[in-house]
Formats: sequence, C-alpha cells, structure tokens
Amino acid sequence: MNRIQQLFEKRNKNILNVFCTAGYPKLNDLVPIVESLEKSGADIVEIGIPYSDPSADGPTIQYSNGVALKNGMNLKLLLEQLKDIRMTVSIPLIFMGDINPILQFGMEAFLQACQTIGIDGVIIPNLPLREYEEMYKPLFERYEQSNIFLITPQTSEERIRKIDRLTNSFIYVVSTYAITGGQLAVDAQADYFNRIKAMNLNNPTLIGFGIGDHNSFHAACQYLNGAIIGSAFIKALDGSNDVKVTTEKFVKSIIN
Amino acid sequence: MTYQANKYGYYGQYGGAFIPEMLHNNIETLQNKYLSIIESEAFKKEFKSLLKHYVGRPTPLYLAKRLSERYNTTIFLKREDLCHTGAHKVNNTIGQILLAKALGKTRIIAETGAGQHGVATATVCALMGIDCVVYMGAVDIERQAPNVKRMKMLGAEVRPANSGSKTLKDATNEAMRDWIANPNDTHYIIGSVVGPHPFPDMVARFQSVISEEMKWQLKEQTGKEDPDYVIACVGGGSNAAGAFYHYLDNDIVQLIAVEASGLGVDSGESAATTILGKPGVLHGSKTLFMQTEDGQVIEPYSISAGLDYPGIGPVHANLFETGRAKFLHATDEEALTAVLELSRLEGIIPALETAHALAVLKNMDFKQEEVVVVNISGRGDKDLETYIKHGLDKK
Ligand SMILES: Cc1ncc(COP(=O)(O)O)c(C=O)c1O
Repeated sequence: MNRIQQLFEKRNKNILNVFCTAGYPKLNDLVPIVESLEKSGADIVEIGIPYSDPSADGPTIQYSNGVALKNGMNLKLLLEQLKDIRMTVSIPLIFMGDINPILQFGMEAFLQACQTIGIDGVIIPNLPLREYEEMYKPLFERYEQSNIFLITPQTSEERIRKIDRLTNSFIYVVSTYAITGGQLAVDAQADYFNRIKAMNLNNPTLIGFGIGDHNSFHAACQYLNGAIIGSAFIKALDGSNDVKVTTEKFVKSIIN
Repeated sequence: MTYQANKYGYYGQYGGAFIPEMLHNNIETLQNKYLSIIESEAFKKEFKSLLKHYVGRPTPLYLAKRLSERYNTTIFLKREDLCHTGAHKVNNTIGQILLAKALGKTRIIAETGAGQHGVATATVCALMGIDCVVYMGAVDIERQAPNVKRMKMLGAEVRPANSGSKTLKDATNEAMRDWIANPNDTHYIIGSVVGPHPFPDMVARFQSVISEEMKWQLKEQTGKEDPDYVIACVGGGSNAAGAFYHYLDNDIVQLIAVEASGLGVDSGESAATTILGKPGVLHGSKTLFMQTEDGQVIEPYSISAGLDYPGIGPVHANLFETGRAKFLHATDEEALTAVLELSRLEGIIPALETAHALAVLKNMDFKQEEVVVVNISGRGDKDLETYIKHGLDKK
C-alpha cells in the first residue's frame, strides 16, 4: 500500500491537499513550506514544477511559475532540494507539472528520482491516457509512482471507470469549466459531485479548482473525500517575509 | 513513405494530442467527426462555393518575368495575397467556421500573431453571424495596429495576451485557456498547422487548395503540373503545408521551407526553429520548438509577427527530420530587402512573412529552365508602418 492509500485508509474525509509552486516566492522556500504544511495539518502536498507556458492555469499560478523560473528553479534543482525531505516530512507528496520539462529530463530518470526521494505520485495534465498506457505505464509501476488523473464535468462515465482502474491513489475532480484561480460556487456543482460519489469508485476523489477558503473547502468536503487548494495559497505567499508563519496561518484558516 | 498524419495524428514521431483532460471531449469529438464532416458532399459544396465567390479563388499563378530575369530562372508567384482579407489564412477559417457550424458551436475563439488569422476569423464570424474573440499578444497589438482595427470593425473582441513574451505563443496559451473555460459552446479556430490532432491535419487539408490549384495552373501555363521547387515561409507552417500538400509524395518537386532567423541564427534573437529547436511538447503536440535545456519555452524573435513563434507544426518537424523538405532561413534585413525587390520588380508589396520566402531566391542555384513557385502568402498592407519605419518608401 502506498502512502496515499494509507492516508485514505486512516481517514477518508476532509482531506486537505495544498498546492505550491517550487521556487516560489523564493528559490529555497520549498522545503520550509512543505514542512510547515505538514505541521499545520495539510494531508497531501502537491508540488508544482514551474513551467513557462502552463496550459490550464490562471494568472496567479502563471505568475508563481514566472517568479520561480526567474529565481532559477528547474527540475534538476527541485529534485536536489527535496533530496532529504523524507527525513522531516511523512505526508504524501506529489508532483504536478507540464510534460515537456519532464520529457527533457527524461521520463524514466524523473520517475526514478521520484522514487528515490519518496514522492508518491505525479500529475501530468497533458500526458494523454493513450500515450500513458502505451509508453509510460510500466515505468510508473517500476518506480512505484501513482499517475493521478483529472476528470471534469464532461468526462464520460466509461472514461472515469477506466481512469479508476488505471490509478491507485486518488482522482482529481476538476470542479467546473475553468482554469485555476477562479472562485467556485460549490453547491452549484452538487449534481456533478453527487454523480461522482454515486459511482462508488475504487479510488478516493478530491475536488480542485476554485477552492480557496474555509467555506469552499468545507463545502467541497460535504460531497467528496476532500479538496485541493492552489491559487489562494500562492496568493497568500506573495510578499510573505516568513513563509512558515504564512503557511501555518493559511492552513489554520482553512481547517478551523 | 507517407508524410500525412496517421489516425492518432502522428507524422513519424511528431504530432499526437497532448492535451489536459479539460479539452478531451472537444478534441475527441473533432477527431471522430472532422473527416466525415469535411468530406461530406454538402460541406465540400459550401466550402468550394465560398472559396470561389467570397474568397476569390482560384488565386492567380503569375509568371513573374522581371523577378525570373533577376534570378535566371522561371518563377511563378502563387497569389494568396489576393485572397479576401489579404492572406491564405482565410482558406482555413472558411473551412473551420463551416465545421464549427456543423458541430453546433455558437462562439469562436482564435489566436493571432500578425493579425491575419485574427482578421480572417473575424471575417468569417461576421459572415456567419457568430460571436468572436481573438487573442493577440500585447506586443503584436502594437506592431500590427491596422489589423486590430480591422478585427474590431468586423465585430470581434480583441483580447490582449499579457503573459510571457506577449506574442503569438502567449496568444495561443490564452486561447487554449479560454477553450478550457468554455468547452461547450466554443470552437477554437487554430490559425496554423499546430495544436493537438486533428488540427494540424485539418488545417493542412483546408490549405491544400493552394497546391491543388497550382497543379492545374502550372499544367495550363507550362504543360506540366510539377514544378522543380516550391518555396514558402514557415511560422506554424500552414501556407507551406498547403503549398506542399499535393507534392509531398512526388520527390521530383523540391520543397523549400523558410524560417525567420530574426537578427541572425546565433544572435539570440531568432525564430529559426529547425536549427535552434529540439523535440518536445508544445501547444498540444509533439514537435520541434525552441526551449531551454530544462524544457522551458524560449521566446523567439522575428520582425514578422506571423513568424514569431517558437515551434513549427508536427508535419514540418517530420518533413525536416526525413529530409523531404529543405529548411532555409532569412533575417529581418534580408526580408526587408526582398520586400522592396518584389515591390519594384513586380509591383507587388508582400507581407513581411512572405518576404522571408522571397529572400532565399538569391541563395538558390536555379537553372534557367527550372520552374520555381513561391507562395505569396499575404500582402504587405498590414506591414506598411514597419516598411516606412525602415525607410523602404525613401529608397
Ligand atoms: C501573410 C502570412 N504569411 C505567413 C504566415 C505564417 O503562418 P503559417 O506558417 O501558418 O503560414 C502568416 C501568419 O500570420 C501570415 O500572415
């Protein structure tokens, strides 16, 4: 059983997954941020690999990517920064990033490095299912990385079932038709979330996109196993002069 | 060997559909339906009729006598500059607007660099009475001001892309993001042979009318349908794809693609993708594009907004890799010189993009009896300000 499965085995409600961009706001902020996220009660951390041209992200995450790249972040350095992360952090850690920097690094080398560090899963939004199955699935399995897929209100039941068979951690439920950074009226999506819940999938489900504060987080948790917060945390970190304090304050404001 | 896409949209190792799940439904629908729609008799009839009566096709194939004399060969100009709206881009937008209608879409988005594709999209949206939003890099809005005004007159909303280099790649990113947020009512009319499958193949098919006409026009004027050379500029590569299309499997015809090298290939200010690029995934397909070692997209540079794109379509990446097409490049300076040359020798002021194709004539080793076709992808009206700024009116 992997770390993500263990987490949901222990608790399958109110799971808080927080996204941060590696190298933002400062080049070396990632490790203290991840440590503070765990300490203040986040359940999973999703670490964004910065990319110059992110396809599904709004201005906030685009901005954090730009800052991180300007700070000098790259995939090699990111892996180096996380080298000893498992000495201080035990919650599940996942990577999220565009496929291109990963392909340039080498898919196998990347997955192998993930395993060595103790990363649990990877979200590559623009890696298609077909290419994953045909080319990369054995590599993900060899290095014990869970491929975490997105579904949307348009994803067919058949496809959701297929995704459910192909993964072994959780399914990322994109809340609505939007790029990241908007605000979601959670209850307006009740039918969609209830439909997913009624499918009784093997994997737990987390809601992302448009979740950014106490109310939207808890509203989302009424429907599925938890939620993912990204842009709101990135905004909170902007201009922070103590990322540990900012992180703890932010997570507390969501949970309590 | 085939140079066409396979059923998954791959040209050799290039192509595919590397899209986030949010675009899956739209792309899958297009993949499943585009061929049956565009090959239906009803579609073909309407497409052909609009190309003839609205766009003004067939465009002339003109024997450029004075230019031929200058280069000691026989040069024909395929006059896409005479298309309605002033460039080849409209061949594609007519096709895609009919497709969007067949799919029941009620809103159109597009990206544009030089503004030609934006204008061509705004035009067909006006023609069909459909809402239109065009994304354009803030830098390009400045340097192609007349086209921004034209789009607005045609009723389109022009939204500036303020991210990244504020040029064509960023406008493309913004359009993709818009489509993610509006998947149900919106069709994205991509302006070149780029993007996820089936866009590269679909756009190439709509542009293939260029070489279809070239064949019979050459036959009429020279007695044979195959030239020795076809030369076209490459931004994303749609005019080149259309000009090459019916000659791809005919090795006798040498295909020459011309990229913009900006201030020079080694200057750091260039858009010469085949020299400076590597394979990777950009805007939904695997192709060659300019990127750092870490896989970040490099912001290209060219004086010509329509060629200021870090990649080329997957069809061209494959033509380059297989050697089927030869890739040459021209600098800003060479392009400007070529603009003046064609203006003075033939009375045709070409677009800056097109001028890159003309600029390589001087480097070629043509024989007198060889037949060369240069695709005049567009006219220079939109670039007049740039031409005046560089003193072309004073030379
Ligand atoms: C006149 C003209 N030619 C060429 C291009 C380059 O595009 P493509 O390579 O798709 O033909 C453009 C793009 O805006 C254009 O306006």
